[in-house]
Amino acid sequence: MADKGLIKTRAEDAFAGHFASLPADDPMRDIRADAFGAFAQKGLPHRRIEDWKYTDLRALMADAPAPAAPAAPEVAASAMTRADLFDGIERDRIVFVNGHFVPSLSETSGLGDAVEFASLGRFLADGGAILDRYDLADPANAPVLALNSAFVGDGAAIRIKEGAKLARPLEIVTLFAGDEPGLQTLRHQVAVEAGAEATILQTYAGPDGVAYQTNIVAEIRVAEGARLNWIKAQEEGDEAFHLGLILPRLEAGAVFDPFIFGAGSAVARSEIRMAFDGEDAISNIRGTTIARGSQHIDTTLVLDHAVPGGLSREFFKAAIDGEAKGVFQGKITVRQAAQKTDGQMMSQALLLSERAEFANKPELEIFADDVQCAHGATCGQIDEDMLFFLRSRGIDAKTAQQLLVQAFLAEAIEQIGDEAIIDVLEARTRRWLGVAEAA
Amino acid sequence: MLEIKNLRVKVADEDAEILRGMDLKINPGEVHAIMGPNGSGKSTLAYVLAGKDDYEITAGEVLYNGANLLEMAPDERAAAGLFLAFQYPIEIPGVGTMTFLKTAMNAQRKARGDEELTTPDFMRRMKEVAQKLKISPDMLKRPLNVGFSGGEKKRNEILQMALLEPTLCVMDETDSGLDIDALRIVADGVNTLRAPDRSFLVITHYQRLLNHIVPDVVHVLSKGRIVKTGGKELALELEERGYADFVEEAA
Ligand SMILES: Nc1ncnc2c1ncn2[C@@H]1O[C@H](COP(=O)(O)OP(=O)(O)O)[C@@H](O)[C@H]1O
Ligand SMILES: [Mg+2]
Repeated sequence: MADKGLIKTRAEDAFAGHFASLPADDPMRDIRADAFGAFAQKGLPHRRIEDWKYTDLRALMADAPAPAAPAAPEVAASAMTRADLFDGIERDRIVFVNGHFVPSLSETSGLGDAVEFASLGRFLADGGAILDRYDLADPANAPVLALNSAFVGDGAAIRIKEGAKLARPLEIVTLFAGDEPGLQTLRHQVAVEAGAEATILQTYAGPDGVAYQTNIVAEIRVAEGARLNWIKAQEEGDEAFHLGLILPRLEAGAVFDPFIFGAGSAVARSEIRMAFDGEDAISNIRGTTIARGSQHIDTTLVLDHAVPGGLSREFFKAAIDGEAKGVFQGKITVRQAAQKTDGQMMSQALLLSERAEFANKPELEIFADDVQCAHGATCGQIDEDMLFFLRSRGIDAKTAQQLLVQAFLAEAIEQIGDEAIIDVLEARTRRWLGVAEAA
Repeated sequence: MLEIKNLRVKVADEDAEILRGMDLKINPGEVHAIMGPNGSGKSTLAYVLAGKDDYEITAGEVLYNGANLLEMAPDERAAAGLFLAFQYPIEIPGVGTMTFLKTAMNAQRKARGDEELTTPDFMRRMKEVAQKLKISPDMLKRPLNVGFSGGEKKRNEILQMALLEPTLCVMDETDSGLDIDALRIVADGVNTLRAPDRSFLVITHYQRLLNHIVPDVVHVLSKGRIVKTGGKELALELEERGYADFVEEAA
């Protein structure tokens, strides 16, 4: 209690109330109680906690809604139009609405024998879910992970079998429906077995004007020589609060390429805490943030190179307009044993208005001597000379600005390597910029 | 076509004047050359005409086809037919050369109330001009000016000029950084654009370019003022005697 003061915030009180109202006969009760205890002890993280310095949840989270009830089928079905980002791509789809798996909206026929999928809800109901793999005494884990274990209602347990190569992407949709605030808490557990290859898309969407919350934890294991592309499209409604934590473990020679597209929500934090467990694993972590109004979008990466030969690339771009605030924190730790680690991190932000803000915090912590690591961070305005050049050719100021911002963000998007996904995210970016699409 | 009257210009947050009372009149179809030593204000004049806002106009006016040019936005000036070939063309990562060209052409057509070009029409037009300027299709696929050599950047400026069909072409040291072959290509590109209703203001430090693009009138600029005006032979005279004489005459 000492480091947090005596007064609880309204949101902390609300969480306590919601936790007390959970069913008493829940077979996961003890694990949940431990987790909630870990949360209650520290409370919401605030600006004096280093990891949360720029995203002070005590200040930003005004309240916490109760866990959402499943949406009525017709409400859920009609809300699906919000999760249409990847509609142009042939894919399988697992849909969660208000934190509950909805088989009728899902499409898993393409998964065949290569993939085993079960909703975590089943294991939660029979007490068999494993939620306690992480040390909740670690303050880094406490807020999001502890709340997740306390309230989780469902999730996707996915096993991509050894050597399987998915023919088309699998999308996990996290959709909020209805006009009452609610809390949706999901835990995904994904194992990509040795030599398997998959692309998993994640779409987050919900209504504007509803102060719902999403808490999502994804535990990911990419086994030896396996490859996983993980595209997260965060398009939550404009009053939503999004807390996402991705926990990948990479085994020898694994390749894990996440992309974080942050566009929605009032407040969002997308965090990746990655462990390089096996030698010579590779991770290319990229993303773009586009924010305006009073949005607050935080991307936090914590990479732990524990073994030799790992390669990590981080490349993030942000365009911040209005009074919005963007945050990028990237920390690469290279332990003494992790010789020949190659880590490069770059974060670039473009401020499109006077009151836009961006906090850029790259960090290297290196204990090995034979490594190649570098980081760079920039934050600036649109280049006036470029703008003038375009205008001198007859392009009006607005169009010229759109071209330049689009070009700036595209540099990160184009590294995804999959043309169909690049097209989707670039088109989405143009819509954000207000570019009229050619007929 | 263009009339500059007693133009005085300084950099927005500094005191010293760069252009100190300049007068110049260009009639339709004429080619004027402005020559002058480094720092005499040649690029400043070019930028002020194109509408760069680093400068403050303290006196004078500029009429372009009778309209007050200095009140127009840079893109309005372009749509009205003014084109500046930059001394240092800007690199714009991420913006494809073709996307840029098409956006610019259609923006100007739209501003003038013309139909937008279809993609096939645009491609045909662009390929034709690019070939004449020896610009490879590969260059057109790259981001604007990124990784272009100095000469390629200058040819790319002429490509834009040819596609946008301006009525007043201001060329700021287009010859600098060009070898003799590239100079000839650029000059040919310019000469084919010469027309009774199109004027040129060719800014150069050296006489060499003017062997290929033969001017009607040559002006000598020194310390922000035109100190001498003459025919094309003035350029040769300058080359022989150097700028020093003229600068002293003016002093
Ligand atoms: N944006 C600017 N800021 C400060 N000084 C400038 C700027 N533009 C031009 N000048 C100054 O004005 C003078 C003329 O420059 P410029 O027009 O580039 O000459 P030229 O093109 O004839 O070499 C120089 O002394 C130059 O330093
Ligand atoms: Mg100059």
